[in-house]
Amino acid sequence: MNTATHRRWMIALLLAPALLWLAGLVILPHVELLLLSLQARVGPGEYAASLDQYRTFWEEPLYWNTFVRTAVISVLATALTLLLAFPAAWYIAKVARGQTKMLLLVLCLLPFWVSEMVRTLGWLILLRETGVVSSVLQLVGLADQPVELLYHDATILVGLVYASLLFMVIPLVNSLESLDDSLIEAAYDLGGSTANIVRRIVIPHAAPGIAAGCIVVFMLCLGNYLTPTLLGGKNSLWFTEQIYTQFITRFNWNQGAAFGFLLLFLSSALVWVGLKLTGQRFGAVMKT
Amino acid sequence: MPDTASAAAPDLEVQSASKRYGAFVAVDDLSFGVRRGSFFSILGPSGCGKTTLLRMVAGFIEPDAGDLRIKGASMRGVAPNRRPVNMVFQHLALFPMMSVGQNIAYGLERRGVKSGTAKDRVRDMLRRVGLPGSEDKRIDQLSGGQKQRVAIARSLVLEPALLLLDEPLGALDLKLREHMKVELKQLQAEVGTTFVYITHDQSEALVMSDQVAVMNHGRFEQVGSPQQLYYQPKTAFVAGFVGNSNRFEGRIEQRNGERVLLRSAGGLALWAQRVGAVDVGQAAQLFIRPEAIDIGRNPGELPAGEPAWSAKVQSVLFDGGNSTVQVLEDRSQALLHIALPLTGRLSDLRAGETVHFAYQPSQAWCFAEA
Repeated sequence: MNTATHRRWMIALLLAPALLWLAGLVILPHVELLLLSLQARVGPGEYAASLDQYRTFWEEPLYWNTFVRTAVISVLATALTLLLAFPAAWYIAKVARGQTKMLLLVLCLLPFWVSEMVRTLGWLILLRETGVVSSVLQLVGLADQPVELLYHDATILVGLVYASLLFMVIPLVNSLESLDDSLIEAAYDLGGSTANIVRRIVIPHAAPGIAAGCIVVFMLCLGNYLTPTLLGGKNSLWFTEQIYTQFITRFNWNQGAAFGFLLLFLSSALVWVGLKLTGQRFGAVMKT
Repeated sequence: MPDTASAAAPDLEVQSASKRYGAFVAVDDLSFGVRRGSFFSILGPSGCGKTTLLRMVAGFIEPDAGDLRIKGASMRGVAPNRRPVNMVFQHLALFPMMSVGQNIAYGLERRGVKSGTAKDRVRDMLRRVGLPGSEDKRIDQLSGGQKQRVAIARSLVLEPALLLLDEPLGALDLKLREHMKVELKQLQAEVGTTFVYITHDQSEALVMSDQVAVMNHGRFEQVGSPQQLYYQPKTAFVAGFVGNSNRFEGRIEQRNGERVLLRSAGGLALWAQRVGAVDVGQAAQLFIRPEAIDIGRNPGELPAGEPAWSAKVQSVLFDGGNSTVQVLEDRSQALLHIALPLTGRLSDLRAGETVHFAYQPSQAWCFAEA
């Protein structure tokens, strides 16, 4: 065997686990789901090709509303996360030095040492009617009866932002760290105000990092099941819940598969629109 | 009357400015003025405080004490974006997210100059720095020298009272650096803006400047024209830092007016001009430039009337116009660098040969040991 074929075999061998993973656990189930979503039950145990599942989605306002609502709250959560994460990332990347920097990054990471379930249950303890926040409010006299802070849209938003913060902070810190301080000084020297420097120098430089963070956070929010269900309760109307209901409660796999594909389409379309609007290229974003 | 007063006033006046970082004194009670329209360089080794000083003028660092006046107005508490100075950064700090034209227009837009006017001024500025029509180029399409010019254009377009330059030639290769030195000096003469230039490279400072301040440990050792620094150094540091020198340590044995005789540890006795108070019995150091020493194969080639020594050539360091020989003086075994004559008279000199050398005591300086 010559060295060229030898090398080729080595590469194939090294790539094999990843390719098997991709084919077996990502591509195959998705093809299966796509086929399922394009079928309708016509009799007991009988299925025929049809677009009924997608038509149901279109014709049933509940599904349609849930879909739009999920998208809007996810976009809102992403925007809020960006607003909260940017100053934090700026401080970590540009102001903090040495040990403080490490400590701050670890602080961002710390909540993730606990499972998402436990973290979300923590929010329940804080926010329920008999919870910590409600008790404190009554104690200081800001409320004269127990306050129910759970099961609002705002609660869902808080939970989503909390769960996503790290995934926004990390790419932002990375992209801000590569910004040369002398660029900021030069802009300042040339008469730029802080607001102008942020707009003309900092944000354009950090744009790939901002886009990367937004994509990750948006997808995490859109596909989140636990947080909206636990914090939003029955009112949450999250699209992943509809998928769960179809698969598990209704046992309607065809409908569930169609919903799954609609969600996939939604996230891809919104990411594409986002990249187009901000003039970012996907390749540059993925590098950060 | 106020007009003549302001015309005579220097563009930059630093009045007992100080800055310390903990126990380290970066700028130590410094006062100086920079004449309008001049090219002023601050020359010093790294860590001498020159960058701190420049950043103080730019406004990025507040002095602990003292004042800074630009065109007569105190700059205490004035932010960098409100000062009539602009800076060319060490690594230029051009904005990579903007085109060449946008880079230069940035400062104009901040001042609210109308975009039509700004465009004209950008075009005019680019022509003046020799890059006409490059408004739409990206920064990464430019060569090192072109970036340099854009960085200078970006600052000059704002017509600052002072242009500060922080070792902007450091990143360039040798040939381009030589070229840019000449270009910068010509540009300064053309625009007439006062330049304050900091560098650790003495050649940059000597070639371009009207006035050079040699800085060490947060203080100016000497301020003067390049010729004054080279021919009349006032301190041992200046004599050692500007140009090349042979340095000898020893004690003063005799004094004859302003001439002193220093005997080195190896026993070499050398006459020199004394600078400052240095007298018989004191420890002192003596400097002679390699180019101030005459060298020949026999004593007859040397100018008559001065003491001469014989020495053995240890190595020949050929470097075109800057060629020197290292010689060991026969009796004291002292090591000296001597410049080779530019006429090529000694171009066949080889290691091991015996040579004779002499110098004029008026071209050697003796300073008290610090």
